[in-house]
Amino acid sequence: MANAPDNKLTSSSSELDLDRPNLEDYLPSGSMQEPRGKLRLRDLLDISPTLTEAAGAIVDDSFTRCFKSNPPEPWNWNVYLFPLWCLGVVIRYGILFPTRVLVLTLGWIIFLSSFIPVHFLLKGNDKLRKKLERCLVELICSFFVASWTGVVKYHGPRPSRRPKQVFVANHTSMIDFIVLEQMTAFAVIMQKHPGWVGLLQSTILESVGCIWFNRTEAKDREIVARKLRDHVQGADNNPLLIFPEGTCVNNHYTVMFKKGAFELGCTVCPIAIKYNKIFVDAFWNSKKQSFTMHLLQLMTSWAVVCDVWYLEPQTLKPGETPIEFAERVRDIISLRAGLKKVPWDGYLKYSRPSPKHREQKQQIFADSVLRRLEEK
Amino acid sequence: MGTTSSTLTQYDIEEVQEHCNHTFSQQEIASLYQRFCQLDRNGGGFIAADEFLSVPEFAVNPLSQRLLRMLDGLNFKEFVAFLSTFSSRATLQQKIEFIFKVYDSSGNGKVTFDDMLNVLRDLTGQFISEQQREEVLTQVLEEAGYNKKSLLVLSDFVKILGNPDLKMEVEVPVD
Repeated sequence: MANAPDNKLTSSSSELDLDRPNLEDYLPSGSMQEPRGKLRLRDLLDISPTLTEAAGAIVDDSFTRCFKSNPPEPWNWNVYLFPLWCLGVVIRYGILFPTRVLVLTLGWIIFLSSFIPVHFLLKGNDKLRKKLERCLVELICSFFVASWTGVVKYHGPRPSRRPKQVFVANHTSMIDFIVLEQMTAFAVIMQKHPGWVGLLQSTILESVGCIWFNRTEAKDREIVARKLRDHVQGADNNPLLIFPEGTCVNNHYTVMFKKGAFELGCTVCPIAIKYNKIFVDAFWNSKKQSFTMHLLQLMTSWAVVCDVWYLEPQTLKPGETPIEFAERVRDIISLRAGLKKVPWDGYLKYSRPSPKHREQKQQIFADSVLRRLEEK
Repeated sequence: MGTTSSTLTQYDIEEVQEHCNHTFSQQEIASLYQRFCQLDRNGGGFIAADEFLSVPEFAVNPLSQRLLRMLDGLNFKEFVAFLSTFSSRATLQQKIEFIFKVYDSSGNGKVTFDDMLNVLRDLTGQFISEQQREEVLTQVLEEAGYNKKSLLVLSDFVKILGNPDLKMEVEVPVD
């Protein structure tokens, strides 16, 4: 959910791409008619299909499209509209923004003055303490949402607290978590952040239950998988919310879901979130702005309008692998929120694709050459 | 056109169009500029190898390393000239010249047996043994009237590859 501290691209470990769905089914294949007939010099020298694929990727590719923030068209270039737009700016920055800062500050005061006593004084009475902390976290999230004039329409039955279930949602920004949390106190699995966000994570989010991961650590996966399993077994824990994309995507596409959430032997409840871009583009492009800047941008916009759909819980079908399960749930979420699917792993933002894909292409060509050598 | 600012003047577009012999329309050049800026993340005025390889579709291509050598350090004007081979307005001759350049790694206008073997290795990887690769290449070369020691020049490539249905085209998305 945040950018890696440096841009070192390392090749992803092979365990990350076992059982991947076949990439060849998704990638555009140029003139893929099966070449026939005896092998000639021309067939070996003609590299035009491969070159065309490379040039096609340079000119446009589906992966970069997922992370492109699409700025709205500037419309303030007309003698009538320009003063209106200026008035809008004045209202947004001069009236709305200070009001929102006030509301948020008020919210924090109320929250902290209740949370700190509850946390320390009720140390003995765990059940009550947890219940109150949960309500308070929902409260501060509501204050956050109010500070962006968030208009959230929830569709579908509210999540219920039951053991052996996890919630998965598509990911656009860290505010996804806040939007969902104001309705239900979820436990969440997150990348540990630096700065004030990290401070909030280690103090307040601990109370609702959080699991930390470090996406740059390969071994981390097993530790995290174990923590996930332990969490969903516990009847007293808050329902777990997972963003299986593993990174923020621009709310037009979904990248491949990581299978971790789908191999816990639990019911998976999909949640689809779609932001209305007319009011503000809620995509957090973590490479372009810090979370603080992102929040300020939201607080100086008119509103954050979004739809949240709680969809029908899904379980692993007999004979289905966790990867197929993940893709099936991704289908359900993408369909509901009107998002296009791309076959890329979100972590390719931070690492190179595995050599396996290139090897697949090489194998196809090699097989074709050898086969045609046999023909006379 | 030093550092990449996010706007291109009409003069700039015309200059780039001149440089690529009008193989791209002005709209396509503007679109390519947006793409160039998108890929050139550190704003250095050229796209580094790392930035090209961050496009997964490019990184999985067997000829990516070879192309990177040709793409290294290109500014926008040269980038468009590089891509102009893939325009629908480019001639067959231009396309064959490009393919020749990919093979001719030493840039001396002659393609050797080793050059061809290197490209074949990139394309087939570990799925054909080195020996078999050499045998196959030698065999088809001899059948075409050349031998292992032949040095192929551009006109040879034109003769071998000159076929009107050589398709090497890419569409530039224009919104």
